[in-house]
This record gives sequence, structure tokens and C-alpha cells, in this order.
Amino acid sequence: MSATGIGASVRRKEDLRFITGRGQYTDDVNRAGQSYAVFVRSPHAHAVVLKIDATTARAMPGVLAVLTGEDIAADKIGGLICGWMIHSKDGSAMKAGGHPALAQGKVRYVGDHVAVVIGETFAQARDAAEKVQVDYEVLTAVVDMNAAVKPGAPVIHDVAENNTVYNWHLGDKAATDAAFAKAKHVTKLDIVNNRLVPNAMETRAAVGDYEPGTESFTLYTTSQNPHVARLVISAFIGVAPEHKLRVIAPDVGGGFGSKIFIYAEEVVCVWAAKKVGRPVKWTADRTEAFLCDAHGRDHITHAELALDENGRTTGLRVHTKANLGAYLSTFSSSVPTYLYAPLLSGQYNIPAIYAEVDGIYTNTAPVDAYRGAGRPEATFVVERLIEVAARETHTDPVKFRQKNFITSFPHQTPVIMAYDAGNYDASLQKALAMADYKNIGKRKAASESAGKLRGIGISAYIEACGIAPSAAVGSLGAGVGLWESAEVRVNPIGTVEILTGSHSHGQGHETTFAQLVSDRLGIPIDNVSIVHGDTDKVQMGMGTYGSRSGAVGMSAIVKALDKVEAKAKKVAGFCMEASDKDIEFKDGKFTVKGTDKSMDFGSVALQAYIAHKFSGQDLEPGLKESAFWDPTNFTFPAGVHICEVEIDPETGVTHIDRWTAVDDFGMVINPMIVEGQVHGGIAQGIGQALCEAAVYDSKGQLITASFMDYCMPRADDLPSYNVGMTQTPCPSNPLGIKGCGEAGAIAAPPALINAITDALGTENVPMPATPQTVWRLAQKKVMKHAAQ
Amino acid sequence: MPKVSMTVNGKAVSGNIDSRTLLVQFLRETLRLTGTHVGCDTSQCGCCVVHVNGTAIKSCTTLALSHEGANVTTIEGLAHDGKLHPMQEAFRENHGLQCGFCTPGMIMTAVDIVNRKGNKLDEQTIRHELEGNICRCTGYHNIVKAVAAGAEAMAK
Repeated sequence: MSATGIGASVRRKEDLRFITGRGQYTDDVNRAGQSYAVFVRSPHAHAVVLKIDATTARAMPGVLAVLTGEDIAADKIGGLICGWMIHSKDGSAMKAGGHPALAQGKVRYVGDHVAVVIGETFAQARDAAEKVQVDYEVLTAVVDMNAAVKPGAPVIHDVAENNTVYNWHLGDKAATDAAFAKAKHVTKLDIVNNRLVPNAMETRAAVGDYEPGTESFTLYTTSQNPHVARLVISAFIGVAPEHKLRVIAPDVGGGFGSKIFIYAEEVVCVWAAKKVGRPVKWTADRTEAFLCDAHGRDHITHAELALDENGRTTGLRVHTKANLGAYLSTFSSSVPTYLYAPLLSGQYNIPAIYAEVDGIYTNTAPVDAYRGAGRPEATFVVERLIEVAARETHTDPVKFRQKNFITSFPHQTPVIMAYDAGNYDASLQKALAMADYKNIGKRKAASESAGKLRGIGISAYIEACGIAPSAAVGSLGAGVGLWESAEVRVNPIGTVEILTGSHSHGQGHETTFAQLVSDRLGIPIDNVSIVHGDTDKVQMGMGTYGSRSGAVGMSAIVKALDKVEAKAKKVAGFCMEASDKDIEFKDGKFTVKGTDKSMDFGSVALQAYIAHKFSGQDLEPGLKESAFWDPTNFTFPAGVHICEVEIDPETGVTHIDRWTAVDDFGMVINPMIVEGQVHGGIAQGIGQALCEAAVYDSKGQLITASFMDYCMPRADDLPSYNVGMTQTPCPSNPLGIKGCGEAGAIAAPPALINAITDALGTENVPMPATPQTVWRLAQKKVMKHAAQ
Repeated sequence: MPKVSMTVNGKAVSGNIDSRTLLVQFLRETLRLTGTHVGCDTSQCGCCVVHVNGTAIKSCTTLALSHEGANVTTIEGLAHDGKLHPMQEAFRENHGLQCGFCTPGMIMTAVDIVNRKGNKLDEQTIRHELEGNICRCTGYHNIVKAVAAGAEAMAK
């Protein structure tokens, strides 16, 4: 292994600009003549828009335009789309209501876009926005899923009876019912997977620009997938054809899923730029982000696990209600269906599984993918059920898991997925050793003698990443293929630019991708640069989410590098008067087999461009190749996290004493970066389990719409993490990579809740397990103890 | 519009500004020093931390006009003569950043912690002192390591 090659913890190439304040985020982009957009948003969760009077606003200083839904409709700008079709169990298509970029007739959640004011300065636009008079007929709002589906509930979209988008199912109902009929023991749990706000530290922003001389648009935007944004804004929303629309996602300050989607604001900015003849900038303030970014999770689930007389899992039955909010966001329909139920087998042999999922509209912000997207919800169901089943049957939770682990591969689950490789017990054993599990009894006793309650919780998770084989997702309803593209441009002096359709917004692609290229071509890592995030530079790509950039994005680079090597061998062959079949390439040198004749990579690159040695031959000049990689399977990262907590029954404060993570991500390019991804994922999972919750009141007002009200985990809420790895290479891609971006967020919540319930001696603790909640339960335990 | 003058990163600067202009807006919009970021509007996240007369403050919650004559240092002013500040170097060396958005504020806060608490910082102190800075990417593990290493390096 070289110091900068695959497997080395290379320090990040992108860091210099970030630590010196020279990053270029969307709000840092300033165009000549730029104006500012401020949105007029609905203060009501459900209302008819009777009249918009912008007379006063239009007359205010610096106001360039006030635009409404009528203007956007008159210009035939289409609504926002949901790109994944789900069919209900009766075969009917999901009931998708219209989603205009500016409201047309009705508003459906607090923050819904009613109008936009464009001003010379931000302050002028904001002043004028306050003077736009909107008359509303307020309708009854419905925010609770159970209330939304009751007959007589307020109708949010006329197309969706009982506010139901779909009643979907997966698995064999009859076989599952039969397993339950024969079960020796059934464990039942009611679970609420709490609603979260992704809260990337950079809020969403957009700068739209129009050049009348070429009739072309440019949109700078905070996107995880600028090409998908261009495709949707062009093909479906109709702002401009693709070749007249350039989308640039420069440095992006975190995404976690929330910047996958195509939102109203960026569509409005790029459309309005032509309308007002000026570049238009919009940057969300944090409260706008809380109100309008797609939220995550929000499930209510009843789940049952069937065991036979030997404590083996024989069946799993799940009924989930999934809140989809007021409109279907870009990929929202897929999250509680195909990204959720296919993971319900976890790491276990469960011969029969049946899941029903009801997708429900409510008068709340749209809900879509957030770090893990469906897989944290599935893992929470499985790992809570497994833990409780072990406790109910008086079995050690470690032994219970081991008894039911899948041990031979490939393994076809009853819910679509074919797990290709893994060694679940290896991760478990390693995690137990790192966590000093065998001495937990002593530590519990020590805590007890100090008046504290100590608990330990395990979470053995699996996820499906490397999303995904295009034909497979197509058959499940996706409107797009999920391949990735790469182009390798070798310059005449042998430096290399990699153009990738993946997008880095914190993942460190500029370093890991360069490590791959440096390793493969035998050139210094500083001679490699990674180009991404600009549709004028990179032809097409699908972007970064679902832990796919390593498994899918880098596989495309490998494929393009293979082509570069093949062509470079031909060039080297002409130069050294040998057949390309006799050229070997190793450590950056092309050598004629069995001779001392060789050329380095840079010399071959130069010869490829000056073309003196093969002019007139059957070989084109230049050295530039591209490739698309379509995965052949999902990848299946898996691992075990162990959390140990100590609770103070006097305050209800849960102190995380130890966090152990052992993950199998297959092959790892940069361990430092991978561990960083694990840390960040765990922190978000701990946030979900301990402190975060998006809360609406009964009228649909978001009462957690700032960092004052929504509890983000801070440095002193969190522990240091003890991170280890096991490795079973992924067989379905050339580098053997499985993906690491979401694991922590998937694994963490059940580990923590299993630990807290262990400490408290109760089987259910709702998330977030705030000190108040934990204190109440702890007091019960203390009282019970005293009574005994 | 009133005029404000101050010293930013060692240079005398001034501008005629709307009186409600926040310090962060003056830095970002008037001076185009975009390294200082805005992550919230409630003084919670710390993306906007700069030093005013040697003390860390949140530039999103203070009017530019109230800093007439002040000496302001932003992230752009931390490195000298092409040499990174030890805290910047420590963040890179310890992978204390991912998306980079909170990083300028984190580094400015970290330098301020060292100025107040000295060069030997234990984990608990660092975690407590970072309560006004939110990072969504790193889980803080490597930020804590970076601050400790940067603090030690600042003593050299």
C-alpha cells in the first residue's frame, strides 16, 4: 500500500479551502446585477387562498416583481414531481396530488409557497414580502395520521380518499399468518419512529441566472444531484430544455438526503431570473429550513415476531403508517416502501415476512429520505423486536441473535433482497470484545451502588446500499436508472481529471477518488483532480445518496480507467514497437514484457496527444475515456453497535458511557474518512434516540422551528466512539466496496433504546428518550424497587 | 446610509450600510469575506463566529454599526504569510471537518477557547466549551481531537 493509495488514511485534499474560509457555497456565489428573492409563505396549515393583493408591495422601494401561482401557471411551468410510482395492494396507482411551485388555490402546510417578492436588496424584498396581503379561508388541518385516515377527515388532496396515498404491501401474507398460527411465542411492539429535520448546517440556497443572448439559464443550487435537478426542472417542470439549462452545485454544506430533492424555491429562482431580467438569489433562513426542507422518518408501526419452541424466528408481521406530509416530495413514496420493508429480515433467518404500509397525507411538511431513509426505520423495528423477544424468552440477547443469524451466502430473504456476502458473527464477536461485554455485570453493580442505572444495548443492523441496479429499481417503480458515470481525462503531461456524476457534500470524494486513480495509474495524488457538481462539465450523473458513491461512482471510474489503460497500452506499443498485448502496466510504467524497454505514464500520455508514432494507424489521438456503471446488485453493509448507558434516576439524564461500532463495509479506500462517516452517522442516530423531534401542534404549526426548540446533539451530549471494522468484500463491484455513509444513523437508535430499556427494566421507551421521559420511567423503577 | 469603519484582518475597511446590517452581512456582502457563514438566526450554531477585539462573538447577532473602530479577525485572517494557523492545521490533520460549513466558526471558537483556557485541554472541557457550535457531519469526535491537538500546537 502506498502512502496515498487505496487503504491509506490520506489527509483530505479539499480541506485547505474549507479551513481557510475559501469554500464556495451557493450563498457565496454573487452574480453581477443580482437581485434577492423572499418567499411569502402560508401561516396556515390548510387554507384556500382567496386573494393575493401585492399592490402595496409592488410600489415599495427596490421591488422588481411580486410573482404568484397565476404567473407561474401562465408561463406553463409545471409542478414538482414524485419520481417513484408505488402501487397499492389492489393494483391501483398511488394517489399523487398536484404540487405547484407557487400555490394555486390552496395551501397545505405552514410554509407552503404562496408568492415570491424579488427586490434589489434582501432587506427591500423582505420588507415588501411583509406587505403582500393574502386573504385565506382557513380550513381544518389534520396532522395526526390516525385522524387523517378517518372518514370525514379534512381532505388535503381531492385525488386521495381518506388522505391515503397508497396501501402497499410486501411479502407472503398466508405463509406469515401460518407461521404465527404455529408460533410458540409472539413478541409484539408498538413503535413510533419520530419525525426528524435533517438540518444540514448550510441551509438550502439558489441563484438563478438567465443569459438572453444565448437564451440559456444557469442555476447554482445546494444539490446532492445537480443532473437529476436539471432533468426534473427541464423535462418535467419545463423551465428550459436540458441543453439550455446549466445546474451547478458548488461546495455543498451537508445534505443527509434533504438536498436530493427538487424544491419549489430553486425552480422559482431560475424561472424568475428570466422574468425580471436579473440574477435571482434566495437563501433559506433556518426557520424556513425547518418549515420547508423535507423531513425524515415519522412512522407509526405495530410489529410482531413469531418464535418457535427453540427460540428461532419464524415470522415477522409489520403494519406501518408512514407520514408523507402535504405533498409527495421527489422520492418520498419509495422511502417507507422499497427502502424499508425489504430490510425487515435484518441479519436473521426469518422464513416468512409480511409488511403492510399505508402512505398518508397530512398538513405537514413533505417527508422524504433522510440519512438511512427507510433502513433506520426497518432496523429499529427488527432490533427492538429481537431484543425484546430475547428478554421475554429469558435468553441472552447475544445468544438469541447468534442463533438466528444468517450464516450462509448468498441468502434470499422473503422480502426481495438477496444478501451476497457477510459474516455477522465476526462483527458481533469483535464488538463484544471491544465493548468488554463480559464484564457488564460488574459495571452494572458498580453503578447500582452509586445510585445509578446502567444498561447495555446491541444493534445488529443491515442496510441495502450501492443503489442500485437500474432494471431492479425500474421494476419497483423508480422513474430513473441508478447507474453512475465517470470520465477520465488524461492531460498531455500526465495529470488527470476525473469527471464524476457523484457529488461530494462532505464525503471527501476529492480525496478518496484521487486515491483510487493515484493507486491505479501510479501517479502522485496531487496530479489528480476530481470534477463534479456542474452539468456543463460532467455530462450526466445520478448524484450522491444511499451510500452509493464508493460502490457505484467509483466502479464507474474503475471501468473508465480500464479503458484508459487499454488505450495507453496501444500507444505505448506503437512507441516501443511492440504489440499492445505484450505491454505490461505496473506502478505507473508501461513495459514490454521480458525486456527493459519501458515508458512512464506521463510519456505515454504525451505520445497519445502528439500522435507522431501512430498517425495513419487504427488508433485515435488523445487519452480520454468514459464509462457508465450499472450495479448488478445492491450492496449489504452490516455490523454491530453496542451502546452502554448510565442513567441518573434523580435527573433522568442518560449518559452514554461507551459506544462501540464494528462495521463491515467491504473494502475501504480511506479508513480515516470512513470512520468519520461512522461518527457522524452515530451522532445523528443518537440525536434521534435522545433529543430530536419535529413537533407540530394540532393546528399544524411547527413548534420546533429553530435551534432553540429543536434539540440538535451538541459536543457535550455525545461520547467518543470506539470504531472497528471487519471486512467481507462485496462481490458485485470491482473494488469490493459496500458503502458507509448511513450505517451509524441506522445502527444507533435501537442500540441506544435497547440500552435504556435494559437500564430501566422496561420494554418500551419512546424516542426521543428525553430526560423527562427517562426520569418518569426511572422513578417507576425506583418506586418498584423500594416497594419490594 | 450611515458609514461604518473598522479593521478587518489587519486592513482598514469602511462602508455605507443600512443601519440594520448585521456584522456578518457586512463581512459577507460588503467586504465579500464569505468564509464566515450563517447557519441559523438564533445565535445557536456558531457558524458565524469571528473575533472582535480578540474575543469570539457570533457575528449574526450583532449590528455592524456597533463595531465602529473595532479590530475584527475572520477565518480569512487566521493564516499568516501563507502559513496556516496551528488550529487550522489541526483540523485538517485530525479530519475535524467534513462538509466544511461549520468549520470556520469551529476554528475561530477553538482559538478563543485556547486563549481563555490555555493549551492543555481535556475532552470534557472541550466538549463543554463547544456548546455554542453545532456540527451535523462529524459527530464531534474528530473536532474534539483537533481542538486538543491545535491547543497544544499553539503553545509551540
